[in-house]
Amino acid sequence: MHELAITESVVQAVTERLPDARITCVRLEIGALSGVVADSVRFCFDLVTEGTNLAGARLEIAEIAGRCHCRVCGRDFEPDGPIMICPCGSIEIAVLSGQELKIASVQAAA
Amino acid sequence: MCATCGCSSAAVVRLFPASHEHEIGEHDSHEHPGHEHLGHEHERTVQLQQKVLAKNDRLAEANRDWLRQRGILAINLMSSPGAGKTTLLERTARDLGGQMAISVIEGDQAAALDATRIRAAGCRVVQINTGAGCHLDAEMVAEGLRVLDPPGGSVVVIENVGNLVCPALFDLGEQARVVLASVTEGADKPLKYPHMFRSADLVLVSKTDLLPYVDFDTRRHAADVRKTSPGALMLQLSATTGTGMPDWYDWLRRRILAPPE
Repeated sequence: MHELAITESVVQAVTERLPDARITCVRLEIGALSGVVADSVRFCFDLVTEGTNLAGARLEIAEIAGRCHCRVCGRDFEPDGPIMICPCGSIEIAVLSGQELKIASVQAAA
Repeated sequence: MCATCGCSSAAVVRLFPASHEHEIGEHDSHEHPGHEHLGHEHERTVQLQQKVLAKNDRLAEANRDWLRQRGILAINLMSSPGAGKTTLLERTARDLGGQMAISVIEGDQAAALDATRIRAAGCRVVQINTGAGCHLDAEMVAEGLRVLDPPGGSVVVIENVGNLVCPALFDLGEQARVVLASVTEGADKPLKYPHMFRSADLVLVSKTDLLPYVDFDTRRHAADVRKTSPGALMLQLSATTGTGMPDWYDWLRRRILAPPE
């Protein structure tokens, strides 16, 4: 359940950047290959924001699909789960997207 | 958890035997002044575009610099609970004691049982108790290194909390990640915990002395490690009988002689 620590990192990062603003919305990008479960972050968010300047904020998570490029057959494909194997059987792949774990933006009460 | 800001890094770091204790996240002047929100407010969008783990990554990089400056090799040793991390380190410390200065940062949710064992094997050791935490992070390791004060040119093994999920995400500032997979756990772990195996530089298959008694397909396991981590080196060993240990020691020596930039 590292999502608790992940969610705490989100709150800490936002609080450091905008210590005096009341935050009304937090927008995250979480990739399918990031190892972080978006639903678990949603579960932790209210708990972790309580008593902070993010309390009551809405959480919006953009879940980014995984995309890989096969270095053997040259095709781009969406991996089936976190094991990245090309339909051609190759494991020589490069990850194009899906590893994001990012705070995109926040809404702050002006 | 700090009730004010939500930070929960209440890990306790102590040199073993205990001479000093410090709680990470003790707040001296960590105040959050109240905010007044009067009337209707307009909202503005602030673009952050920052990695969630940016702070941990920054601290990990600082650890890495600190270690590099002292010529210290740091290894992040990870596995499920009971895979034999501590037994491996005990044997390693006893076998290499005269040749290599090894110290250990022990991570567990509670207790100092592992630190007691490592200490008895002749190593300097710091125990970090993570409390509710399921992994070590770079801040805990920074404090662990400060308390441990390892000598230049030595090896520091960071024995992470036994867990095949969470530790994979947290860079500690190590030069190498070693994942221990015991034959008693079953061969299916690489496919079930791919993030952990993907991050490994070296996968050690442990407890091979028990292979005759368990249903563990070494070939399938190796193939599945390869699928998740094409670049990882794999070795088999038994810390009980000593079989395969020289290969692990050779790997350690190579890493010390040629630390990666």
